[in-house]
Amino acid sequence: MSTLVVASAGNALVWIVWVVAAFSCIASGVAVVSFSNPFYSALALIGNLASLAVMYLLLSAEFVAAAQVLVYAGAVVVMFLFVIAYVGPRHETPWSGGPSWQTIGAAAAAGALLVEIVVAVGMQASGSLTHETEVGATFGSPAWIGRVFLTDHLLAFEITSVVLLVAAVGGVILGSHTRRATV
Amino acid sequence: MLGPDTAWYLAVAAVLFGIGALGVLIRRNTLVVLLSLELMLNAGNLALIALSRHWHNGAGQIFALAVMAVAASEVCVGLGLVVALNRRDLSLDVDTLSELRG
Repeated sequence: MSTLVVASAGNALVWIVWVVAAFSCIASGVAVVSFSNPFYSALALIGNLASLAVMYLLLSAEFVAAAQVLVYAGAVVVMFLFVIAYVGPRHETPWSGGPSWQTIGAAAAAGALLVEIVVAVGMQASGSLTHETEVGATFGSPAWIGRVFLTDHLLAFEITSVVLLVAAVGGVILGSHTRRATV
Repeated sequence: MLGPDTAWYLAVAAVLFGIGALGVLIRRNTLVVLLSLELMLNAGNLALIALSRHWHNGAGQIFALAVMAVAASEVCVGLGLVVALNRRDLSLDVDTLSELRG
């Protein structure tokens, strides 16, 4: 009986954490899209990434959650903030002057995309998304990820490194040869 | 599985993807378009990890890590483009960037 109480209390706790994470995830997503200053949008993206990391932890993906905080909030968003500071403040008023036909069309397209995703997933997986699975303690741990990356998914690991190298070279080229074109 | 079912996570991922798509379509500032793209990639990551947990198959987490690497590459090249545009004193408004239009 006591284990049942503990289990249901743990379940309620996970639900509470999930609801808070999901709400802050969606709210900060809306904030990213709706702030007129890109600096605030980038700061809102940090909140979005942090709440997503909490959900990854609930899904027992510890390594991905840590990598999310390190790579995204630590590197990507900081790079965004540097570039926004370099470019300077460029305010945009996306919601002023009433809705144009472009805004209405874009909102309709995004809504249609959302409906399409929900219908496709619902038709494909109706009923089969409700059963429960138990996972082992090693699932998603750094040791497991490291072993899998160097055995089963070695090719994907190496190709990822090549992609990152090519992107770094492209960034350097884009940043260095632009003086010439001012003639 | 303690807490919500996989379907709840997928619902959050779908809503986040829709918000990101709305941002990409509505916003004019190149930087905000890139930030909204990050939202869409993260929605995909959330769905991958939720289904990886659901089917007890770790390949989803590996794929999510690969998506994060691709997102970092995309930010590298995209921000390089923004800096290059800014050096040429071009506008960052995506509606006016029509030089490469055929």
